Amino acid sequence: MSAVLDGIGMGLCVIGAVFFLAGTLGLLRFPDTLSRLHALTKADNLGLGFIVLGLALESGSWAVAGKLGIIWLLALLAGASACYLIARHTDEKRQGGGK
Amino acid sequence: MTGMLLDGLLAVTLVALAWRVLHAPELFESVVIFITLGLLMAIAWARLSAPDIALAEASIGAGLTGVLLLDTLRALHRGWENDAAREPARPWRAGWPALVATGLLALILCAALLAVPRNSSGLVAEVRAQMPDSGVSQPVTAVLLNFRGYDTWLELGVLLIAVIGVLSLRGAPGLTAAPPGQVSALLSWLARLLVPVVVLVAGYLLWLGSSAAGGAFQAGVVLGAGGVLLWLAGHRPLTREWQWKLLLALGFFCFFAIGVGLMAGGGLLLEFPAGWAGPLILLIETGAALSIGATMAALFIGLHFPVGGKPSGGTRAG
Repeated sequence: MSAVLDGIGMGLCVIGAVFFLAGTLGLLRFPDTLSRLHALTKADNLGLGFIVLGLALESGSWAVAGKLGIIWLLALLAGASACYLIARHTDEKRQGGGK
Repeated sequence: MTGMLLDGLLAVTLVALAWRVLHAPELFESVVIFITLGLLMAIAWARLSAPDIALAEASIGAGLTGVLLLDTLRALHRGWENDAAREPARPWRAGWPALVATGLLALILCAALLAVPRNSSGLVAEVRAQMPDSGVSQPVTAVLLNFRGYDTWLELGVLLIAVIGVLSLRGAPGLTAAPPGQVSALLSWLARLLVPVVVLVAGYLLWLGSSAAGGAFQAGVVLGAGGVLLWLAGHRPLTREWQWKLLLALGFFCFFAIGVGLMAGGGLLLEFPAGWAGPLILLIETGAALSIGATMAALFIGLHFPVGGKPSGGTRAG
């Protein structure tokens, strides 16, 4: 049973890592700020989510799993808000007609 | 094997990032890479089994220093707009003396490291032997607040002097001035949601300091970040000047009062009586955390306005 859980946990971490890799690639390769933000938030939300889920299974403790869950929620909140603020700033700059 | 690979990668990346910080074409890029450097530095400390330093590095080195640098950059750019001046070029030649000096320093440090006996464990055995009397179960906290309480006290003094220096230069708009500019509704909402969490986490870190990685500095920086967030979201963390002054000085004078009180009771300065060490340490740490939080927030708010006091960046009359 624990070997199965261990395997599932590892698998989830690997899936999370793939999301982070894809998000980083997008951040480096996409042409403009908004599409880069799109790539980055996928890594933040889903990548971290999968890794947190994997680590929670690996930890085998409800208390640790709960703390990891809170970390994920806070990262979601901060990530989404920062993304919105950057996007708004970009939008204002574009509408300002400056550069 | 995997550990070595990770450590090697970390070491190479740290040096490469440090190089980029110095040679990025724009100051903004330098600041962003500096923040990244701080975060990787925190991972390096964690890999060296020093979670206390890792927490401090992530929160102070990457978080608050990053915020202060970004704010400084904004103020610089505002100045440049007025002067029609550009970012100054950073010629290589000016860097040579600094390179020679840091090279020499590195050599001296290496020599000092080699002079340490190979299998020395330092003062670990002595600290272990004294742990039952320290009032806490975490060796780092025992050293910082009991065995070497002097150092921490004087560190709080340094922080107090630094913030007094900044506030004396700051000029007219006080710490109770309202933040400038229009605030997005989202930021305001986020602050209302996060500030209670910030207070909770700070209290948790403070309490955790007696038995695990955590303590006054980490808790204080979390509080400070909460203050900065509140201010950026259009709220004033404290509404009266005396409240700021009280909080800024609290940590230093907590130490002072307890130290002098113990001397008046016939003991030595900061020599905690048996059985009282735990509660006294918690008291000092609470004061220190509040002061550190207030200091960090005051540094940010104080530096937000240019010298001379006019938020618009106008020149001084005279």
